[in-house]
Amino acid sequence: MKYIVCLKQVPETEGVRINPETGTLMREGVKSIINPYDLYALEAALKAKEHYGGQIVVISMGPPQAEEALREAISYGADEAILLSDRTFAGADTLATSYTLAQAIKKIGNYDIIFCGKQAIDGDTAQVGPELAQRLNLPYATYVHKIGIKDNFLLVERNLDDGFQTLQLSLPALLTIVKEIGEPRVPSIRGKMRAKKVQIPVWTAQDIDAKAEKLGLSGSPTRVVKIFSPPSRGEKEIFTGKVDECVKKLYDKLENVLG
Amino acid sequence: MEIILDKEKCTGCGKCVESCPFGALELQNDLPKTNEECRLCGLCVKACPENALSLPEGAKKKKQRVKETRDIWVFAETRNGEIASVVYELLGKGRYLSEKLGQKLIAVLLGSGVEPQAQELLNYGADIVYVIDHPDLKEFNEKRYGAVLIDLLKTNCPHIFLAGATARGRSLIPQLAAALETGLTADCTALDVESETGLLLQTRPAFGGNIMATITCPDHRPQMATVRPHIFPKPQPLPGHKGKIIKVDIEKQLPDDLEVTSFIKTETEGPDLTEADIIIGVGRGIKGPENLKLIEKFAHLLGASIGGTRVVVDAGWLPARCQIGQTGLTVSPKLYIACGISGAIQHIVGIQSAKTIVAINKDPDAPIFNVADYGIVGDLFEVIPALMAEIKKRRGEEN
Ligand SMILES: Cc1cc2nc3c(=O)[nH]c(=O)nc-3n(C[C@H](O)[C@H](O)[C@H](O)COP(=O)(O)OP(=O)(O)OC[C@H]3O[C@@H](n4cnc5c(N)ncnc54)[C@H](O)[C@@H]3O)c2cc1C
Ligand SMILES: Nc1ncnc2c1ncn2[C@@H]1O[C@H](COP(=O)(O)O)[C@@H](O)[C@H]1O
Repeated sequence: MKYIVCLKQVPETEGVRINPETGTLMREGVKSIINPYDLYALEAALKAKEHYGGQIVVISMGPPQAEEALREAISYGADEAILLSDRTFAGADTLATSYTLAQAIKKIGNYDIIFCGKQAIDGDTAQVGPELAQRLNLPYATYVHKIGIKDNFLLVERNLDDGFQTLQLSLPALLTIVKEIGEPRVPSIRGKMRAKKVQIPVWTAQDIDAKAEKLGLSGSPTRVVKIFSPPSRGEKEIFTGKVDECVKKLYDKLENVLG
Repeated sequence: MEIILDKEKCTGCGKCVESCPFGALELQNDLPKTNEECRLCGLCVKACPENALSLPEGAKKKKQRVKETRDIWVFAETRNGEIASVVYELLGKGRYLSEKLGQKLIAVLLGSGVEPQAQELLNYGADIVYVIDHPDLKEFNEKRYGAVLIDLLKTNCPHIFLAGATARGRSLIPQLAAALETGLTADCTALDVESETGLLLQTRPAFGGNIMATITCPDHRPQMATVRPHIFPKPQPLPGHKGKIIKVDIEKQLPDDLEVTSFIKTETEGPDLTEADIIIGVGRGIKGPENLKLIEKFAHLLGASIGGTRVVVDAGWLPARCQIGQTGLTVSPKLYIACGISGAIQHIVGIQSAKTIVAINKDPDAPIFNVADYGIVGDLFEVIPALMAEIKKRRGEEN
């Protein structure tokens, strides 16, 4: 079995703000973390490896410093990591990202399951997984919280808004993973040692045989035309003092909804 | 490119004219003639009893230039055969966009035994409903739904394609965008269109809602977006609005590499959190699962659904599907009542698009009060019973 985990380094959401003077994103000094959902994806791969054996390859497309995230993934127990980094990858939307990841995965080859997080917390799109599956022509399942393999089929359980589906997918397949898969384990001492020493190859556009017009900004159909701070919420009132008085005042404000 | 007519075979019966949903065919001197409304969809070719019509070579594969695309399409998501409520919201918005652009509003309905629902979509403003009714489409299956929709989109090349940003929509639509190599904007909370350029202005929160971004897709079609449920109002039905229902047959083998083996509907008292009008959010402040009784009574009184913070879910007091926030659900109810919730950013990102946020917390400095529209500083175990009593009193109910 060969498992591929797609992992993204993201800024901690808390820090990102708009500079009120220039209207540009302020990301300076904001800490980078592994996208929390991708840790669940990695955890799913580690569980699969425990049950069915195999190798875990972690890949990430990002700037050179995304290497830290990959080293961290090794400390959790991944076997190999590859960084996809090239100036031409910059400015990618989900379509260009899925193209780049697909080209890299074709080069890795011979995979059985690709694990993605449900979504990345910087963009919150949840699109890269299904787009990647389409590009590789794979069956896929999103919001997966339970996995098993039987007779060369992948059996999964996944959430929908109004219930759960159980699905059977032929291998190879792609899954996007949610929290209920189980909390990520803690990195082992041995893992941490390996993470320090391991070689992480860097693949460029040339290495993955990518067409320039499909990469980065040029391969991205969407354009951000404006960014702005969310509008303020309007009237605001916090009531303090005697409970009976407070609830009366609150009810007056909410009469339309509560009445 | 135009439909090709074999004048020898044509009897001038006019079946083709009747079959055309776009009014693109007229009889001139007893022969059908297409106008600029023609989309080369091929329905007239199928309708002709004499086989006198055919599509020009390469019509299906023709790469439509951006200018030539037309119409606003809405994916009519169903759940257990019922139309999802976000679909009505999309029809309302779609109607506005289609009128602004002078284009048609088209809904596409997939499933098994769903045909009777098509009329409902017309009532809410669709000009055309494509119905693909097939036993193999009974359960929501991304690969099968995808295969059908990709073909339909390639043939018709809409200008805009909208779907709900629901679990189903957000899972299925990216597949279509990748197959058509076009842009897709996730989870929009505002939409408009520039009449001169036809560009869809898609606004959505980014970076956990700290920032709003407006996104366009200038050179690729369709322009695709998923739209957060509960943001746009449900429109009134349009009495007397006329439209066409078109059944589409599936001609090819559907994929079999993904099978749905079961669907289990979750039994909750209120509606799904993503569709609920009122949500009561509970945090660590409720102290323990035994106090959920009080919250349930409160929810029952308001017809509300119950969600919670990660702390409450991790403690096992509520199931994981009830977690709201960065690693859980994003909700947009009319009213969110946060009870004993501190207001950590990871929770706030999930509730920011609620119309009204009410906080009940005994700590006046809790960050939840920064985002709340209204709040009560107090002990929830006193505030909630008092509020319930007040509601009953004002509604004129017995205590
Ligand atoms: C990567 C990551 C992802 C996360 N994802 C999520 C997520 O998706 N969703 C989420 O919710 N959290 C998430 N969290 C956790 C989040 O940071 C907070 O820890 C969590 O939201 C706090 O939950 P809480 O408000 O219930 O508890 P607390 O922060 O402990 O707050 C309890 C509040 O209850 C009040 N209180 C206590 N007793 C009473 C009483 N009797 N009456 C009234 N008020 C009372 C207290 O004053 C306090 O403000 C995430 C964290 C990380 C690091
Ligand atoms: N640059 C990237 N490198 C590797 N994996 C990525 C990247 N961007 C997105 N992914 C994967 O796709 C998932 C969904 O991301 P998104 O569509 O951006 O919300 C993430 O959880 C990752 O598993």
